[in-house]
Order: sequence, then structure tokens, then C-alpha cells
Amino acid sequence: MQNLGIDVLFKGTNMMRLLGGLWVSLRISLIAVLFSILLGVPLGILMSRKSRIIRAITRLYLEIVRIMPQMVLLFIVFFGTTRVFGWNLDAEVASVIVFSFWGCAEMSDLVRGALISIPKHQYESAKALGMNSLTVFVFIILPQTIRRLLPLSINLVTRMIKTTSLVMMIGVVEVLKVGQQIIEANRTSSPNAAFGVYGTVLLLYFIGCWPISMLSKYLEKKWNNV
Amino acid sequence: MSKREEIIRVDHITKRYDENAVLDDFSLSVHEGEVVVIVGPSGCGKSTILRIMNGLEPIQKGEVTYRGEKVDGKLGSITRIREKVGMVFQSYELFPHKTILQNIMLASILVQKRDRREVKEEALQLLARVGLSEKKDAYPRQLSGGQKQRVAIVRALAMHPEVLLFDEVTAALDPEMVREVLDVLLSLAKEGKTMVIVTHEMSFAKAVADRVIFLDGGHMEEEGTASEFFDHPKTERAKQFLHTFTYDKVERE
Ligand SMILES: Nc1ncnc2c1ncn2[C@@H]1O[C@H](COP(=O)(O)OP(=O)(O)OP(=O)(O)O)[C@@H](O)[C@H]1O
Ligand SMILES: [Mg+2]
Repeated sequence: MQNLGIDVLFKGTNMMRLLGGLWVSLRISLIAVLFSILLGVPLGILMSRKSRIIRAITRLYLEIVRIMPQMVLLFIVFFGTTRVFGWNLDAEVASVIVFSFWGCAEMSDLVRGALISIPKHQYESAKALGMNSLTVFVFIILPQTIRRLLPLSINLVTRMIKTTSLVMMIGVVEVLKVGQQIIEANRTSSPNAAFGVYGTVLLLYFIGCWPISMLSKYLEKKWNNV
Repeated sequence: MSKREEIIRVDHITKRYDENAVLDDFSLSVHEGEVVVIVGPSGCGKSTILRIMNGLEPIQKGEVTYRGEKVDGKLGSITRIREKVGMVFQSYELFPHKTILQNIMLASILVQKRDRREVKEEALQLLARVGLSEKKDAYPRQLSGGQKQRVAIVRALAMHPEVLLFDEVTAALDPEMVREVLDVLLSLAKEGKTMVIVTHEMSFAKAVADRVIFLDGGHMEEEGTASEFFDHPKTERAKQFLHTFTYDKVERE
């Protein structure tokens, strides 16, 4: 049988280091997700309002985030701003900033979309029962919005986790970078390590994202039509 | 009829969308215990009138009052008025994330702050009345159109409204479900409930109405008792309108 190069993972602390790298990836994405929700939800509610100015500004923000490759954003924040403003930015902090900036934009757009997809009649029949605007929003609109939102935002989370592989470009030692280091270190002893190690990284991403996307499928099924 | 207390008064109102006047100098008053049926061709402003009576639609001129109090969607008093002026729409909008029972109980608990147990007991009685007891824990998507509409009526009744506004509550239903919903309305009429009903079901209108209002082009074209209007319409427009509901026998060679 061919040597698949998995053996290097069982040398020393290699496997632990790889898992440590996975934790870095997950940590960055989870913190960024948290910020994206905290900032993106209010922003999305704001965006569903009719004000022209707010809509124009938020559209601009959204377009910028969508057009810019995440890598360029990372470089600007990490290399660009540290030079120009002379501050000292930790690579992981820079990553969280960039991912939050991106996630917040996507999240707000999802929230806006979910909010405006609630039929006008839902507001009206609630109002016709004597509910005031706040009650209508909290008890009628918000629960339906969250049901529509959750599967979509879970999808965003898995996209964010996957995209964290970019942060190694600014020196964050996350799972892919650790994998690379292990391969480099064992270049002579296990020349086939690339396959085994990268394959394992793939599997780790899968283990990280799969339950999340299963959860999203489950919720989608459970709440369908709602 | 006029000896009874006036509940809703629509006083010379004008309603425009952009430049189009949908209602022009329209007036109507609804008295306690009265069933007013509004009929008229599509687009003549029937739904608009009901929505205005409930403060869901702003007006440009005139005034609507509920027991002397101004009805205006922008005033804080509107929620209190809407508790008393129930409305059921054509498109049976139940709250999809709530069970049938929760749909019925929600506003009584949130808005009227009534005791949950008492509200539940009453909701169950109301459901039994429309023959849907076994659906209490179902979700709206599990019900047929006619069942949903009966729940929507019960949901409005649970607030103990003084007047009920019905906007073509059977228009979106399959023919075989129309009857079950109209029967509920007929039984409410028998109880002496005050109602304003917009409908295209002419034989139902004739059976239920104390007073019929024929609306055309934003004006009240004709007004009268059910038999006056249906058997002896005065205006040419009303005759034409009623004629659209009858079919002449096809003569064959
Ligand atoms: N939001 C709106 N913006 C502009 N025009 C509107 C709006 N809502 C209603 N209209 C117009 O107002 C008129 C009256 O509408 P309304 O819904 O009251 O008619 P209706 O008598 O209930 O008709 P139908 O029998 O079809 O339900 C129609 O000509 C309609 O096109
Ligand atoms: Mg209508």
C-alpha cells in the first residue's frame, strides 16, 4: 500500500498542534460571528426602514464588502493600517476585525431580507387585534424573522469558518498553517506528508462545519412554511 | 334603527392614493346591533372603507369616530379602539409560528392583560363553537382555508369586540368551504352582533343584511334594506351590478 503520510500526525505533539490550529480558526470565526450578530442585527433592522439616506449608506457598505476580496481586507487592516497609523495590531485581532466587518455586512443583509419577507398582512392582522408597534414586532415579526434567518445565518457561519484559512497569510497560525509547518518539518522523513496532513485538515474542517450545516437543515425542515 | 346608539361614524371622508380619489365625500354610520353589508364592483373602495374604520389607512379629509372618539392610526388611542373594532381579512393571516390556540389567546393576554386560564377556557369554547376543537394544538399550515378563516374569526371574537369588520372573508376560499365560514357569520348576526361585512356572496348578503350599501366609483350609489336593494334596486348602476350575478338561459336552436 502507498504511504499516505498520515503517520507524521502521530509523531510527537503534531496532532495536538493541528487541533490547536483548528481551535484558532474556530475562535476567530466564532468571535467574529458574535460581533456580526450583535452589530448586524440592529443594522439589518435599520436597513429595513424606508429612510433613503440609511439605505444608501448601508448599500455602499454592503457593496464594498462584497466586492473586496477578504484577503485584500486582511492586508489593508493588518499591513496597511499598522503602518499608516503606527499602531500595533495583533494578527488575530486584525482577523477578527476583518471577519466581523464582513460578517456584519452579510448578516445585516440577511436580517433585512428576512424582515421584508414577512407579509404586510402579518403586521396588519396583529395591529387589528389592538397590538402596539412594539408588541407586533417582538411577538409577531421577530419570531418569524428568526425562523427565516437561522438557516441562512448558519450557512454564513460555515462560510466564515472556511474562509479563516486566509488568515495564515497575515501570520496567524491556524489549522492550515500548522499543517504546513508539520509538512515542512518532516520533508525528508515523510515526503508524502502533504497528502495525509492536508487530508486531515480537510477532515477537521468537515468535522467543524458538518454539524452546523446539519443543524441548519434540521431547522429548515422543522420550520418550513413559517 | 336610528334610535340605537351610533357606534362608528364615517363623516364626509376623502381618501386618495397619490392623486386618485378612491373615496370622495363618503359618509356612513353604524349603529349598535346592526349588520351593514357593503357591495360593489371590484376596486370601488370597499376594503379601503373597512381599513379606514380601523385606522389602518390614513384619510385626507373628513373624520371617523368610534363612540365619539377619533379613529386615527397615528394616535395612541388607536390600539384601544382596535380592541373594540375587530377585523377579519380576506387572506386569513393567522400567525404561522403559533398554534391555533395561541393565535386566539395571544392578543387577549398581551393587549388586554387578561388572566391566562380564563382566556384559554374561553378560546376553547369559541373553537368548539366553530367545530375546530381538535385543531387547538395544530399550526395554521395544517388547516384548510375555511378552517383558517374560522379561526381568524374566533381570534377576533376573543377580544370581545363591539363591532366586527369582515373584508370578503370567503373570497379566497374554495366554493365548498364558503358555507362553513358564512354560517359562522350568520350565527353571529343572530346573536345581535354589530357587523360591517364586505362580500361578493349576494344570497348571503341578502340573508344577513339589515342594511345594504352599494358602492361605485368611491360614492355611495344606493342604500336600503336588503329586500329594497336586492328586489327593487333604484339606480341603473345597481341593476347592472346585480345583473352580473345572474345568468340568462342559453337559447339553443
Ligand atoms: N396601496 C394602494 N396604492 C394605490 N392604490 C390603491 C392602494 N390600495 C388600493 N388602491 C386602489 O384603491 C381602489 C380601491 O381599492 P379597494 O381595495 O378598497 O377596492 P375593493 O372595493 O376592496 O376591491 P375588491 O372587490 O377587488 O377587493 C382600487 O382602485 C385600488 O387600485
Ligand atoms: Mg377588497
